Amino acid sequence: MSVDRYEAVIGLEVHVHLASRSKIFSSSSTAFGKEPNSCTDPVCLGLPGALPVLNRAVVDAAVRLGLAVGSHIRPRCRFARKHYFYPDLPKGFQISQYEEPLCEGGAVEFRVAGEARRVRLTRIHLEDDAGKNIHDDSGVSFVDFNRAGVPLVEIVSEPDIRSAEEAAEYMRALRTLVRTLGISDGNMEEGSLRCDANVSLRLHGTEKLGTKAEMKNINSFKHVREAVEHEIRRQAAVLDRGEAVVQETRLWDPERGLSQSMRSKEHAHDYRYFPEPDLPPLAVDQDWIERAQRSLPELPENRYRRYTDALGLSAQDAGVLCSEREIADYFDVASKACAAPAKKLANWIINEVLARIDDPRRLAAVDLPVPPVALAELVDLVEKGTLSGKLGKDIFGRMWQEKRRAGEIVASESVAVVSDVGLIEEICKKIVAAYPDEVVRYRGGQSKLLGFFVGKVMKEMGGKANPKTANEILLRLLG
Amino acid sequence: MASPQVKGASIAELAEGVRARKWKARELVESYLDRIARLDGRLGCYLLVDGDGARRRADQVDATVAAGRDPGLLAGVPIGLKDIFVTRGLQTTAGSKILRGFVPPYESTVSARLAAAGAIALGKLNMDEFAMGSSNENSAFKPVRNPWDLERVPGGSSGGSAASVAASLCAGSLGTDTGGSIRQPASLCGVAGMKPTYGRVSRYGVIAFASSLDHPGPFGRTVEEVATLLEVIAGHDPCDATSIPSPVGRYRQACAAGLAGMRVGVPEEYFQAGMDPEVEAAVRGAIDEIARAGAKLVPVSLPHTQYAVATYYLVCTAEASSNLARYDGVRYGHRTAEASSLEELYSKTRGEGFGAEPKRRIILGTYVLRSGYYEAYYGKALRVRRKIADDFRAVFDKCDVLATPTSPTAAFKLGERQADPLQMYLADIYTVAPALAGVPALSQCCGFTKNHLPIGLQLIGPPLGEEAVFRIAGEYQRRTYWHKRLPEDPS
Repeated sequence: MSVDRYEAVIGLEVHVHLASRSKIFSSSSTAFGKEPNSCTDPVCLGLPGALPVLNRAVVDAAVRLGLAVGSHIRPRCRFARKHYFYPDLPKGFQISQYEEPLCEGGAVEFRVAGEARRVRLTRIHLEDDAGKNIHDDSGVSFVDFNRAGVPLVEIVSEPDIRSAEEAAEYMRALRTLVRTLGISDGNMEEGSLRCDANVSLRLHGTEKLGTKAEMKNINSFKHVREAVEHEIRRQAAVLDRGEAVVQETRLWDPERGLSQSMRSKEHAHDYRYFPEPDLPPLAVDQDWIERAQRSLPELPENRYRRYTDALGLSAQDAGVLCSEREIADYFDVASKACAAPAKKLANWIINEVLARIDDPRRLAAVDLPVPPVALAELVDLVEKGTLSGKLGKDIFGRMWQEKRRAGEIVASESVAVVSDVGLIEEICKKIVAAYPDEVVRYRGGQSKLLGFFVGKVMKEMGGKANPKTANEILLRLLG
Repeated sequence: MASPQVKGASIAELAEGVRARKWKARELVESYLDRIARLDGRLGCYLLVDGDGARRRADQVDATVAAGRDPGLLAGVPIGLKDIFVTRGLQTTAGSKILRGFVPPYESTVSARLAAAGAIALGKLNMDEFAMGSSNENSAFKPVRNPWDLERVPGGSSGGSAASVAASLCAGSLGTDTGGSIRQPASLCGVAGMKPTYGRVSRYGVIAFASSLDHPGPFGRTVEEVATLLEVIAGHDPCDATSIPSPVGRYRQACAAGLAGMRVGVPEEYFQAGMDPEVEAAVRGAIDEIARAGAKLVPVSLPHTQYAVATYYLVCTAEASSNLARYDGVRYGHRTAEASSLEELYSKTRGEGFGAEPKRRIILGTYVLRSGYYEAYYGKALRVRRKIADDFRAVFDKCDVLATPTSPTAAFKLGERQADPLQMYLADIYTVAPALAGVPALSQCCGFTKNHLPIGLQLIGPPLGEEAVFRIAGEYQRRTYWHKRLPEDPS
């Protein structure tokens, strides 16, 4: 038996909170983490007599997302009621879209280990989020409706995903995309991005889709990887035993790393969809679409291609820079101000800047100790030879600590590299004279002793010698 | 100061008296509260009387008058609100036990507009539970009796709204009409009531029964009063996405504009077998009177009328099953005393809280919307609904207003039809088609049976054609005296 006999066929339904100030159908705030039930109003509480009114900013965000992934934006779409009973669902139905979603088709492009992948989309539609049940230790349950009515887009993919890794990367790509578009904060820890995964297996080389199970309650990249991986193994084991996979909905338990059946197909909800009579059909005209199209920023995949094709960055570096909108933005601003090759700048960002922050989103902070233009200045100083690599790193450390510019530190403390050939030559001669044994060994073939002499020269000069010049002089003196 | 005679008083004269300091709003309120205290025990119009609130608001109107400021078109006019309009701080039940104890934290748009115009809400009026019914016998709390004959129903679902105006327990009232719930009780109680164009009056804060069919609207003893109230409550509301943005018409002026040159259509489908002969005679008499007043009568046809009742019950039950899903005992209203699981919390709360008619409609509506059956029922009903609306569109090329009976019979006896829901549903036979089409329709008194029971004339206009309806209604009323007849106060 082996998992390898099977090909996994995976489709994801990703729910993304849209970053609007007010809720999708009412005026109360969407702020996260407020006192329970403080961000509510008659509409999102589903009070008798309350009516939804569509927030057009939310539609605009979804239109921009649709355009970014090449969806067809329907000129006329409708909302529909999706019914089920649950304490966190105040109206007894969710306002979603069913037969006439806002966006149809399109695809998300991303990379798995540098390899380009493309996952087609079925649809993107708008809906309202539910509240949150809170279970007390004493066995009492409470409901917080602050989240009720927070705008969501549901992004439904075709079953184009083939592995747990790919599922996680797809979700990561969506997060980067919505953050690049500025339509969601993509905060995983606040549940701004959640997904359900439909997983089925089939023997490699076969076409017919196997019976699928739907995994619910996945809210991080790690969980999507684990949940899908686990489900693939579970189904493989079922199939290996010669049994059939049961069509069902399973709830992923990230704590215990396993899933359990929630309901079978026979007990599937009948959501009794019908067009939402309180909301007239939504018309999105060509003007609106064109305005939204013009407002699109450079998309992550185009950015990646620009970095690798035009700037000559490695796939790995480009991947790191594009992994968060803020890193790429930081790179782009620094790059404009920097004469040094892009590769050098990228190294500084990846090795120095990112090493000093735990959350790359901090790069957009106004009080960042080393803003991109300041880094550009430092990198140029190193590339021109004014600072050695070693000095540059020291200075970067001080810039980060003291929030000072490189030029300022260099000017005030004369830390710049000495490039005076006469002075360096004098010191080199002194060192060569002081270590006759090493000179003999060097000339006898131990060429790696060059580093020993360079080190001595640097030490003598307090690390300020231009290393390139010292190298050249020493090679001549020893040669 | 003269003491106001409130029985049979008109909204215009009451408000004028307050503005002219002939009497105080407080005195009007006391007079009505006194009538309610004396008479409503027999009639059952009010589910809640807010005496203290009414007195407080009356004093505010009087203070406004005393300060020389404009107290509004409805200065000090005591009105009643069907208990389907949410009122901030005042229990609102929609006639259902499931909402007992529910005190809304917000106010409906239309009740707020009435208050802003100086009207004083005296309390909340009785109704069929969730506006489901044609006799008011489906109220979870008590029946309403018809002021013209206490053994008879006032019609429904806005039975309290119609009977309270007929019995002068308020000067005017608000109701809602989903399939006839304003027009049919207006007809049975001998008052005027209008279901305006769908979207003309905001539904924000009106407890939903069937969203695409719910029409809030006014009751008055005369058509002018209906026009006056409508001018106050109509108009765009940003809180209701289905509300129409076009400007409000001059309905009061239209009542006095005369009907010269107007064409009145008489649809053959509304005069077929099953109608009470006395009703037919009165309605035909009214149409003749309208012709004598100068209107041209045009025989017309609305060929899809026969499908209206079936279509209506598919659409309204589907929407009701959805709208009533929120009553689950979790957040407000009734919650069962004992439940061992979530499932049981729902089933017991809803089982105990809803009466038979809402349960019947929830079950029907749930059936109608089942996956795989949507097209056969709801989808088909929507298509027939469009045909019915097309009928009206076509007919209004040939005429300006349609004249029909409102109800096939005068008021029936309490209990008479309760065992037979289908018979009850046929009470709406002339009123559901205009509801499905969303066109404005008014009912006014056009005669009495030999048993002294009122008979209603229904006038139907094209979308946003309220003014045309009021022109006919106003002229007919000027030529007749039916609206001046008042029922005796119950002893």
